[in-house]
Amino acid sequence: MKQLMSFIRKEFYHILRDKPTMLILLGIPIIQIILFGYALTTEVKNTQVAVFVPTNDEATQRIVEKINASAYFDVVKYIHSSKEIQPTFNDAKAKLVVVFEDHFAQNLRRTGSAHVQLIADATDPNAATSFTFYASNIIASYQKELMAESKNPYQIIPEVKMLYNPQMIGAYNFVPGVLGMIMLLICAMMTSIAIVREKEMGTMEVLLVSPMKPIYTILSKITPYFVLSCVNFITIMLLSVYALKVPIAGSFLSLVVVSLLYIFVSLALGLLVSTLTSSQQAAMLISGMGLMIPVMLLSGMIFPIENMPIALQWFSKIIPARWYISAVKSIMIQGLGITSVLKEVSVLGFMSLVLVAISLKKFKVRLE
Amino acid sequence: MSRYQMDNENIKLDFAIKCESVSKNYKKNEALKDIKFDVNRGEIFGIIGPDGAGKTTLFRILTTLILADSGIALVDGFDVVNEYKEIRKRVGYMPGRFSLYQDLTVEENLNFFATVFNTTIEENYELIKDIYVQIEPFKNRRAGKLSGGMKQKLALCCALIHKPSVLFLDEPTTGVDPVSRKEFWGMLKKLKFSGITILVSTPYMDEASLCDRIALIQNGKFLKIDTPQNIVTQYENKLWAVQSSNMPKLLKDLRANYLTEKCFAFGDKHHVSIDNLQFTQEILRDYLLENGHTNIEISEIKPSVEDCFMQLSQS
Repeated sequence: MKQLMSFIRKEFYHILRDKPTMLILLGIPIIQIILFGYALTTEVKNTQVAVFVPTNDEATQRIVEKINASAYFDVVKYIHSSKEIQPTFNDAKAKLVVVFEDHFAQNLRRTGSAHVQLIADATDPNAATSFTFYASNIIASYQKELMAESKNPYQIIPEVKMLYNPQMIGAYNFVPGVLGMIMLLICAMMTSIAIVREKEMGTMEVLLVSPMKPIYTILSKITPYFVLSCVNFITIMLLSVYALKVPIAGSFLSLVVVSLLYIFVSLALGLLVSTLTSSQQAAMLISGMGLMIPVMLLSGMIFPIENMPIALQWFSKIIPARWYISAVKSIMIQGLGITSVLKEVSVLGFMSLVLVAISLKKFKVRLE
Repeated sequence: MSRYQMDNENIKLDFAIKCESVSKNYKKNEALKDIKFDVNRGEIFGIIGPDGAGKTTLFRILTTLILADSGIALVDGFDVVNEYKEIRKRVGYMPGRFSLYQDLTVEENLNFFATVFNTTIEENYELIKDIYVQIEPFKNRRAGKLSGGMKQKLALCCALIHKPSVLFLDEPTTGVDPVSRKEFWGMLKKLKFSGITILVSTPYMDEASLCDRIALIQNGKFLKIDTPQNIVTQYENKLWAVQSSNMPKLLKDLRANYLTEKCFAFGDKHHVSIDNLQFTQEILRDYLLENGHTNIEISEIKPSVEDCFMQLSQS
């Protein structure tokens, strides 16, 4: 026991004295949350809009007001002739121009239909699709209001309701993703590097020729990174709840249980990588290329798994992050209890058992 | 029957290390070929040979770090394959490369290795005292910031902290300045008196005479095992040191002469081994004068271990 404690203390010295690495490890979750939360969002906010109203009437006024009131749009310019449309884009003053036809309200009243044109700057097609969609929705909502006022109230209007995330807030999707990625990065990559470093520095040789049990070596390598992961877990939780306003809808305890299980799987993965490699670079490459990239691309964090080809869907099943992210989404966003993520929990549990068994079996008591 | 000596005579107890026909191949490379030797208790046994001779491989087999392809090796009476755990409890090992934690201080390193071996610095302080007092002024310095000689002393302290019965030192003096090297061998002599068996390897032939017995190794084979004195006295030929103003040409000319059996460059002189008793220094001098050498100096010298090594390694 004294052996183990002294070994763990030594590991903490290694980490605490390598200040740049420690800062990176503790800073990564903060930076990622802030990047994903504020910079790398797919939501389009404050799009600048120009409006061309040939005939100013009640209908056009209300639509423009509605557009301007939306968080997605700022009406920055009123233009007065169709010739001004093109220059408005060129000056980059607007991303979207809303063009009403002549006598808009009059046409609407007389014929029941009127035209409005949405001209978007499609340099960024994704953004253009998003904000034209938003604008169409706003116009549709006005149309709905008109119908409510009219004498025919029995019109059935298809209603789309976005469950759990009506505003399609990106944070709901990426907080579980970042959690899944950070845990893997800290646990798998850093643990494997820490073990391989001993091999590379030659200290493993000295440790092997001692009564130190291999399991102690493993435990003491794992402990500090376990602590670091817990710190990161708390950081991410605090940031997402207080900075990004993503509430924890379900039980926090279940979230902790699932996360601990996932940390365990990641640590076991790191251990496995360390038994397969003999240099820090190789360990970094394997955990970087072999673990990080599949997690980012195939865990459902960025691209929905449902859209992938069947082969990739199958492949994604062996990625622990996929199960973890899905469990976190259920608990944190949908507010479900631990019983509804039993499948995820048992898959992660099974994975951890297999990985620990393999890496213990592969852990060498000799140099080769 | 866990211990080898139970089914063998008690005489085996006298050996700290026993090696029987140990061989090891790395793919097609034969790293060790049929190594056989015994080390007595309380002996300083030197493995002397150039880089790549197989010294480190032998050390790693004996310290249970790698497995031999064939043969039996016993350390302190325990088999290196089946009873490796026992061996790991009772030997001290200092690898050729500095293998301590560079980011830990001198004291932290020593403390760590003491607890790894289930002991404390205080318990065996007597053993390391003489060495430790020299590095104690730097005990709060990180190991990576120590000088080469200091690192070596710290590594020795760490290998000794649990009072091992057998100490394995793989090239402990490589890359260490001459003064520290001398000091280091002085420390080994003292350790010998506290009853520790020491197996030490070195590429420096001049250190061979400081061992009780040595094994000369080349290309994975032991050339000879004996005391340094016996090895030197068994040198049969006459040995001359030859100098002239053109040393490269001298080496060529000496080797061209059929009477000089062997000739090697030794620092500023060439050592010539002569097995023909009729061959005198005068004949050699005339031969060299004929070949245009000037300032010729020839003197008979006593062979060193290095001369013996050269002699043996060529035959």
